[in-house]
Amino acid sequence: MKKLQFSEICKSFGSVVANDNISLSLGEGEILSLLGENGAGKTTLMNILFGHYVSDNGFIEVGGQKLTPGSTKASLDAGIGMVHQHFTLADNLTVLENIILGTEPLTRLWSQKKQAYKKLQELSKRFGLVINPDARVADLTVGEKQRVEIIKALYRDASILILDEPTAVLTPQESEQLFKVLKEMVKAGLSIMFISHKLNEILEISDRIIVLRHGKVVGEVATKNASKESLAEMMVGRKVTRPAYKKLKKGKAVVELNDVCLKANEGSTSLNNIHLKIHEKEIIGLAGVAGNGQAGLASILQGLASPSSGDFRLFGESLNKYNPTFLTKSGVARIPEDRSKEGVIGEMEIWENFLGEELRTKSKSGFFIDKKQAVSNAEKLIQEYDIRCEGPFASTRLLSGGNIQKLILARSLSNNPRFIIANKPARGLDEGAISFVQQQIVNAKSKGAGVLLISEDLDEIFELSDRIAVIFGGRIQGPFDSNKVNKNQVGLMMSGEMKSDSIYEN
Amino acid sequence: MRIKTRRNTPVWLIAVLPLLSIGVAFIIGAFFILWAGESPIRAYLALIKGSLGSTFAITESLSRATPLIFTGLAAAVAFRAKFWNIGAEGQLYCGAMAATLIGTGMIDLPAPIMIPMLFIAGAIAGCLILLVPVVLKTHMKVDEVVTTLLLNFVILLFVNMLLEGPWKDPMAMGWPQAARIIDNGVLPTIVAKSRLHLGIIVALLMSILMWAILRFTVWGYEIRAVGHNQQASTFYGISINKSVLMVALFSGGLAGMAGVSEVAGLKGYLTLTLSPGFGYTGIAVAMLAQLHPIGVIISAIFLAAIYVGADAMSRTIDIPNYIADILVAISLLSVLVGAMLTRYRIVWGK
Repeated sequence: MKKLQFSEICKSFGSVVANDNISLSLGEGEILSLLGENGAGKTTLMNILFGHYVSDNGFIEVGGQKLTPGSTKASLDAGIGMVHQHFTLADNLTVLENIILGTEPLTRLWSQKKQAYKKLQELSKRFGLVINPDARVADLTVGEKQRVEIIKALYRDASILILDEPTAVLTPQESEQLFKVLKEMVKAGLSIMFISHKLNEILEISDRIIVLRHGKVVGEVATKNASKESLAEMMVGRKVTRPAYKKLKKGKAVVELNDVCLKANEGSTSLNNIHLKIHEKEIIGLAGVAGNGQAGLASILQGLASPSSGDFRLFGESLNKYNPTFLTKSGVARIPEDRSKEGVIGEMEIWENFLGEELRTKSKSGFFIDKKQAVSNAEKLIQEYDIRCEGPFASTRLLSGGNIQKLILARSLSNNPRFIIANKPARGLDEGAISFVQQQIVNAKSKGAGVLLISEDLDEIFELSDRIAVIFGGRIQGPFDSNKVNKNQVGLMMSGEMKSDSIYEN
Repeated sequence: MRIKTRRNTPVWLIAVLPLLSIGVAFIIGAFFILWAGESPIRAYLALIKGSLGSTFAITESLSRATPLIFTGLAAAVAFRAKFWNIGAEGQLYCGAMAATLIGTGMIDLPAPIMIPMLFIAGAIAGCLILLVPVVLKTHMKVDEVVTTLLLNFVILLFVNMLLEGPWKDPMAMGWPQAARIIDNGVLPTIVAKSRLHLGIIVALLMSILMWAILRFTVWGYEIRAVGHNQQASTFYGISINKSVLMVALFSGGLAGMAGVSEVAGLKGYLTLTLSPGFGYTGIAVAMLAQLHPIGVIISAIFLAAIYVGADAMSRTIDIPNYIADILVAISLLSVLVGAMLTRYRIVWGK
């Protein structure tokens, strides 16, 4: 029986067609995966389902009843629950308070916490969602917060659960745990729509897979008939090539961190006694769940923060001044985490953004800007790195994420850097851009650069790294040779459960 | 009706929109004139005649525009870096005090040296007083909107104290005003039998200078970068505090020069009526010009003409000159709406 039915949904934004005649259905007790790259139309479709957008054409039925378009309340009442990629919880309230938030009428004087408490415990027992109802949400781990989101949906009697990239923030073990819960839930008759672009998971969890590309349904397969390769090809529209890993003989150390500590600012994790040595011609992958000190480490290596104690040696010399200008001048390429907010200034023109780091690093730091030279340099790099734009004078905010990342790569890698700090360089890009970005990093390595690759994507880390380090709670374990650890061990270290007995390798 | 982002903005639109917005302002203003019981056409004719209708009217408008160009630039430069200096009024009076301090007899040099010295002294005074909010902002994160605004009152009261006390000119028959600027310090008039003085030339030069700095220099790049996106600027290695300091120096200096120009050019001596809020009007000037230094010249002259014209209008026909404030306010609002249309366009229908 069909629980949820999308019929001929169309939605366009200006000239961009986000959803082009999408029809799909979700059966009872089924896990359906929705696979597609960024911009394939998954999010738009979910926003239509939740009444954030009204579709231009087509309709949605839940249990045979037509859903009122443009009403979030109607969707919730119809029993649709959504777990967003970014949690929508109030940090300062307890788990229980978060769950009943918005379910009680304003006119009620006392909230019915007791009943709620009972219902919550029933739910958590039934599906194995272990949670302390009285814990403050701020004190929970990411995995637990997600559990709260799921319980929140179940508490509102959702019979259809939509999960948007649920594993993006989880360790492999937490993902396993989640999958177990999901399987319990479908056994109890719930229907689940699982949105992701991670092929492994989709193959593991779902019964059926629907692939979206450029707003259209391009394929539908039963999971038992699908393979990783066929899905990737369907999703991208052509064969995907990832850069091949090649081990090189590593050279001198480019970066040495000895006993580096960083005191936490508001909302960040402090770093404790970090030891890390990165050599020429090697890529060190730093795995970790977001928020475990990656930001602090990156900001030290990017010259944005100075360690509160410890020694940072760059190319063999102990640093005593920490600023981006000095680092860039010395041959450090920096790829920031937030490419559109930190990496470029959207309101400025493309040539001006190429100039960004360069202005102060030139030996003859002039008073006037040499626009002619800057523009011709920009033109050259736009060609060389295939940045799709209307030319050097176009406004940078009009570029797509992939092209912004190309701009950043062109800017920092064209100077033949000796050390590259790349913070989640491929996050949120489409397959074509991902393989471009990864290829550039691999090329830089073979030209002699040492690379620290910070990433939450374990596949990426295992594909590219010579050695792998794990960060948890502001401490680093490893690095280990990448062929001597497996994803499971790395995953355990990411959740702080496994302490490596291996001695720090040089 | 929907609003769409423009991929690029046609140049003609940037030129036409301010004119269109002002046209809209005058149409809306007409209703207020009707309400006051007069014919809008007669009123506007009187306004135009009073601001542009004769050599005298034109020089009056231009001399009223002079301080507005300075304070408009002061606001435009600061706002470019998102440093919200609301204190141009106080900085103007600081410049005027500096000019009075050294220009009323402390030193006496030939005019070609004396006049630049007065401007430099005024600029320095404007900078120095703005340093207080800047240091509070960069070191203690105190909001500069509050500190610059409140400093205005402190400075005005201080001027008041000086004028009632130590600086009171005994020759002024009891009026609270300071001694006159000595002859070598007075800015010469540039049109015979008018009040239009050298200050406007200085103001125009400053506009061109600021435009060139913002457009062609590394400083200008950094100021614009910081104004657009502090996070990325920090990532690029631009020191936010240094840029804010630099912007504040420009801004305070320009506002201080406005005070010099008024004291040594128009009035001849320091009083508490030196500025009828030029510092605040400068903000409107800058917004109307969309923070463009050359645009500041045009919008300052435009606003000055409205004020001067409205005075003339209220003399010839019976309409209060407050209509000028209404026109300026509506122009400002419609230009801001117009500015939105350069980034977005409205599409009718689905």
